[in-house]
Amino acid sequence: MTTKTVRSGLWLAATFAAALSWAGVACAQVEIEYWQYTFAQRVQAIDTLIKQFEAANPGIKVKHTHVPYDDFRVKIAAAIPAGQGPDVVQLFYGWLQDYLKAKLLQPLPASDFSVVEIEREYFPIVQQMKVDGKYYALPTAVRSLALFWNKTLFKEAGLDPNRPPATLAELVDYAKKLTKRSPNGDLIQEGLTIDMGGQDHHWLREVLIREFGGAPYSANNRQVAYNSSAGVAATQWYVDLINKEKVGQIGFLTDGVTAFRSGKAAMTIDGSFRLGALDGQKGLDYGVAELPSNNGIKANFASYWVNGITTKATGPKLDASVKFLKFITTPEAMELWMNTVGELPARKGVAEKDANRNHAKYGPFIRGLSYSYATDFVNESAQRKVFIDMIDTIVLKNVPTKDAVAQAAAEEQKLLDAFYGK
Amino acid sequence: MTRLRDLTIGQKRALWAWAFLAVPVAYFVAIRFYPAAEAFRASFTNWNIVGKMEWIGVANYTRLAGDAVFWKVIGNTFLYLALGVPVSMLLSFVVAYGLDRVHFGHGLLRALYFVPHLTTAVAMAWVWRWFYQAPPVGAFNVWLTSLGFAQMPFLRSTTQALPAVLAPAIWAGIGFQVVIFLAGLKAIPRTYYEAAAIDGAGAWRVLFEVTVPSLKPTIVFLVVTSSIAYLRIFDYVYAMTNGQGGPLDSTKPLVLMIFETAFKHFEMGYAATQTVVLFVILLVISLLQLKALRSR
Repeated sequence: MTTKTVRSGLWLAATFAAALSWAGVACAQVEIEYWQYTFAQRVQAIDTLIKQFEAANPGIKVKHTHVPYDDFRVKIAAAIPAGQGPDVVQLFYGWLQDYLKAKLLQPLPASDFSVVEIEREYFPIVQQMKVDGKYYALPTAVRSLALFWNKTLFKEAGLDPNRPPATLAELVDYAKKLTKRSPNGDLIQEGLTIDMGGQDHHWLREVLIREFGGAPYSANNRQVAYNSSAGVAATQWYVDLINKEKVGQIGFLTDGVTAFRSGKAAMTIDGSFRLGALDGQKGLDYGVAELPSNNGIKANFASYWVNGITTKATGPKLDASVKFLKFITTPEAMELWMNTVGELPARKGVAEKDANRNHAKYGPFIRGLSYSYATDFVNESAQRKVFIDMIDTIVLKNVPTKDAVAQAAAEEQKLLDAFYGK
Repeated sequence: MTRLRDLTIGQKRALWAWAFLAVPVAYFVAIRFYPAAEAFRASFTNWNIVGKMEWIGVANYTRLAGDAVFWKVIGNTFLYLALGVPVSMLLSFVVAYGLDRVHFGHGLLRALYFVPHLTTAVAMAWVWRWFYQAPPVGAFNVWLTSLGFAQMPFLRSTTQALPAVLAPAIWAGIGFQVVIFLAGLKAIPRTYYEAAAIDGAGAWRVLFEVTVPSLKPTIVFLVVTSSIAYLRIFDYVYAMTNGQGGPLDSTKPLVLMIFETAFKHFEMGYAATQTVVLFVILLVISLLQLKALRSR
């Protein structure tokens, strides 16, 4: 073989190599996976966002997987350590600690998600996503509570259908006027729904206890603080709705949502996520108002789902994941989410735009966000059950409110201690 | 090395049998036995689904022994068993005994009794939930008050809730038990009855000395299967109490507690411990019943 042929062979090889690598760049597609739980409107919102994102970032493909809620945590827990599953994942804010313990999430790069900017732009409740100075996840949307009232039933009772109760005293007064009983004394229409298994436990925990001058937990969230005169007063006020004012009863028409939807309850406390379902209810003319205050004190309960980047994402996938997470937390994405899912923008600037703040239905929830609290749940279902059982012990077993509150506080403290490893 | 042709016919048959059995055996080992063994192992760990399994010895078992809810739940579970088995057996026997004598519309009646067994438990549980509502919504309370009785809280009472949840479960199970009883009754040779009639035995005597003893294999089968079913009751409780087993845990069975521990609190280790306890209970009760009813 002559030197010439060797040389030309080398040239040929080099040309081939260059051509191959150029072709490689041209079709270099990074594919990342996004996981959330199955909920029609959320799926629809993310599908729309992915389409927009892929159009703006031709090199990146996003695969959207949604898993039924009941299997969601199990599947993620099984997938990520095995190098499978999502690069960007949606999780409930209360699960963050568990996810961090299991090393499923990586911190968001500070260069792309500046801590200062997050804290300036987002509602303060989002700061729960900061651990040791680093943010691990960001929400697209947040939810809060409000009072829903049935305008038709208000008119029937001779109340102004456009003036909802603004204080707890008014709430009781209205509820009594809106309660209907048969000649035998059987309840046929609730003034206010009573449903601890629904949103009432949040209302009692974060709203009523505060409005009676107390606090549900210590500042670091490690101690139960409602075993106080304020806690007892708030609980007593709630129990009085059932026993003394008799404006509602536990289990009436199975649950609060059913009672309100079927026009058999005049008022209910529920979340922004209920708007979609209620708007689809024929013949239901309802309004939404900020939660009633007490002695000038206002409080609200907020919760949210966040998006984090899993430890599975590295290299180009990490870069793509960062881009995608940035995209789904833009003000535009938040507006789209609100209009599709009914949840509120997590950025103050977007939520508090005049059009949103004064919106007939989103407005009260958005105004509530500025004075809202997100409970630092360690085990939401167990903590909810503590409250359900507390009310049942008073109502069914005639245990004095003071003792029932003390017992509930002790039960919940056990849950906190178990979690924080005392 | 032994060659295939050197084997005796018996050995060859055994080999063939095992060759065919290998598939189901492999299936059971992979799908049943291996996960069951894993559950035993998990019961000694603090696995929380997202983290690593850490061995914590018998800590879960001591925690369970000191868990007041667990003892309440064990009590409930046995109450479901103690009420459910005799009531459902008695009702289904009475229905089957009557049906056996009815010839006109027999097929239709039998089908009607069987229909609840075919209906989805959750759908039925919800219908019954509405039956139990306070008047004027709940059918039961409307009947009670129209007959002049006081209305009942049913699902909102710590004492009435458990029987109230059990009722639709019994009702749905009866169809199946009736069909099995009918088959048992049909299998009793007519000659026994003829002999009893010749001896001048009365109807009750025939019932207790001919019919019931001849039904023993049927009764064994139904007692064992229904006991297991009532010990594992879940769907009715879940659907009728919003998944809570309330009020105040008064209707919560062991399976619901396991479900909550595993898939609501994500304490898989502790849930595995409860599963092991349920397994032991089911095993012991089934063995006892088989032994008691096999003896002559």
